Amino acid sequence: MRWVRRHVLDAYAFLALVYLFVPISVVVAFSFNNPVGRFNYTWQGFTLSNWTHPFAFPGLSSAVQVSIEIALLSSLFATVLGTLIALALVRYRFRGSATTNLLIFVPMTTPEIVMGASLLTLFLNWRIPQGFSTILIAHIMFNISYVVVTVRARLVGFDRHLEEAAMDLGANELVTFFRVTLPLIAPGILAAGLLAFALSIDDFVITYFNAGTTITFPLFVWGAARVAVPPQINVIGTAIFVVAVGGMLANVLFQNRRARRLA
Amino acid sequence: MGRLLHRRAWLTPYALLTPGTAWLLVFFVVPMYYLGKTALSQGLFPIFSFNWQWSNFSDSVSTYSTQFVRSLEYAGIATALALAISYPLAYWIAFRGGRWKNLFLLLVIAPFFITYLIRTLAWETILADNSVVVRTLQAVHVLGSDGRLLATSAAVIAGLTYNFLPFMVLPLYVSLEQIDHRLVEAASDLYASSPVSFLRVTLPLSLPGVFAGVLLTFIPAAGDFINAQLLGTPQQYMIGNVIQSEFLSLRDYPTAAALSFVLMGAILVLVLIFARVLGTDRLTAGAAA
Repeated sequence: MRWVRRHVLDAYAFLALVYLFVPISVVVAFSFNNPVGRFNYTWQGFTLSNWTHPFAFPGLSSAVQVSIEIALLSSLFATVLGTLIALALVRYRFRGSATTNLLIFVPMTTPEIVMGASLLTLFLNWRIPQGFSTILIAHIMFNISYVVVTVRARLVGFDRHLEEAAMDLGANELVTFFRVTLPLIAPGILAAGLLAFALSIDDFVITYFNAGTTITFPLFVWGAARVAVPPQINVIGTAIFVVAVGGMLANVLFQNRRARRLA
Repeated sequence: MGRLLHRRAWLTPYALLTPGTAWLLVFFVVPMYYLGKTALSQGLFPIFSFNWQWSNFSDSVSTYSTQFVRSLEYAGIATALALAISYPLAYWIAFRGGRWKNLFLLLVIAPFFITYLIRTLAWETILADNSVVVRTLQAVHVLGSDGRLLATSAAVIAGLTYNFLPFMVLPLYVSLEQIDHRLVEAASDLYASSPVSFLRVTLPLSLPGVFAGVLLTFIPAAGDFINAQLLGTPQQYMIGNVIQSEFLSLRDYPTAAALSFVLMGAILVLVLIFARVLGTDRLTAGAAA
């Protein structure tokens, strides 16, 4: 009975993981499809030409470029702003910290469509034309909260004696911060930056409301879904997937190996 | 410089906070003010005049009550399904994952590095009328011979369930992983059978994760319009579809803004009820931390 129960759970977990990967395998498989019509929905035949000509569809390469630029800039800005907030919240007791916590928490529980819509009304009222800069503003905004939460998790487990030791050895506050604190929380900051990058490059809803005529990769896919879905979309999607997951996989394996060596 | 910082120590946290919180104030809080103002305005694009038009709320809710109810219903079912899929998976990774926990966690997150829209389009392929899934279901008579999945409520709910899974799995995993295994052992030492020790020890200790997971799944699901648009028909449209088209096609900003506020309010009320049911405000604090 115990044996059965144990393996029921194993089987369930295995099936859940398979389920997670079903759509992904479809995306990857159809990146090698050779569709006859405008839609890439039924399997017609194997080809490598989508992979050798990934940008052979008008507008696709500029959309990808815009997405990458916005993801880089917004994750950079949000990481700086969010890390500073996290430092203030963890390191200091001050009036207004509860309000600040609320201000961080509420954007994460607001439906994206409401955030996108409210920004749209702001830009309309202030007569700011929508485009690259409004997308960037929006992405920095929704990324800040996620950065704060990620960096804060790292800071909470931080041993402050290390800083005190540095100060005892004659380092001033700034030197201590740059030589002791920053290197120690760097993995948290890096994780926050990567999360922000991923959220930005994937965002559709808020971008859709505030893009004007600028096209990001998700907006391109949305437009394509109505008229024609070129297999190149699957190629780009798969490529982003392989790079991101490959990087994370290398990191996990590296940490595992280091943990084993230390153990 | 160091001494200067020291003398003004009370200023330091505010100096650190100001740039980021100012950004959130200007681009999150102020927009809400304009959204509220728009919701109480009247007029045609692009000129809306503010005149406390409260009837926008009652009018839009009564016009679109079907879509409202449908959104909460779809999001509720999708959240329940996501919980049923994720809890055993998160439990398995936390308690059986051993050295490979992080690898399994990566496997759970990995699919979500394919853009949201492409994932949803993949579901469109999977559920399409001549797909393997549909033909198999027809063969075993779960579906009629001309039955279909695409363009039904089931397809939209399936898409919603899949698309927000990591938001369910991750908080569940975090709360399950923190559980001290000695507590579970203590329960079995005290002659609790494993179902009993699960129900009395593990499950209560994982409730903060359940709360956070349900919150983080339900909220985006209730406001979603992509799944209904790509996998459904206008018969499956949710409130997100209405808000989207009122804003971007019909340009009736007051109605759309009022609907946005009602959506936020409805979600807030449901979250508070749910927090009550699960028992504590401690849980909310846990989700916030």
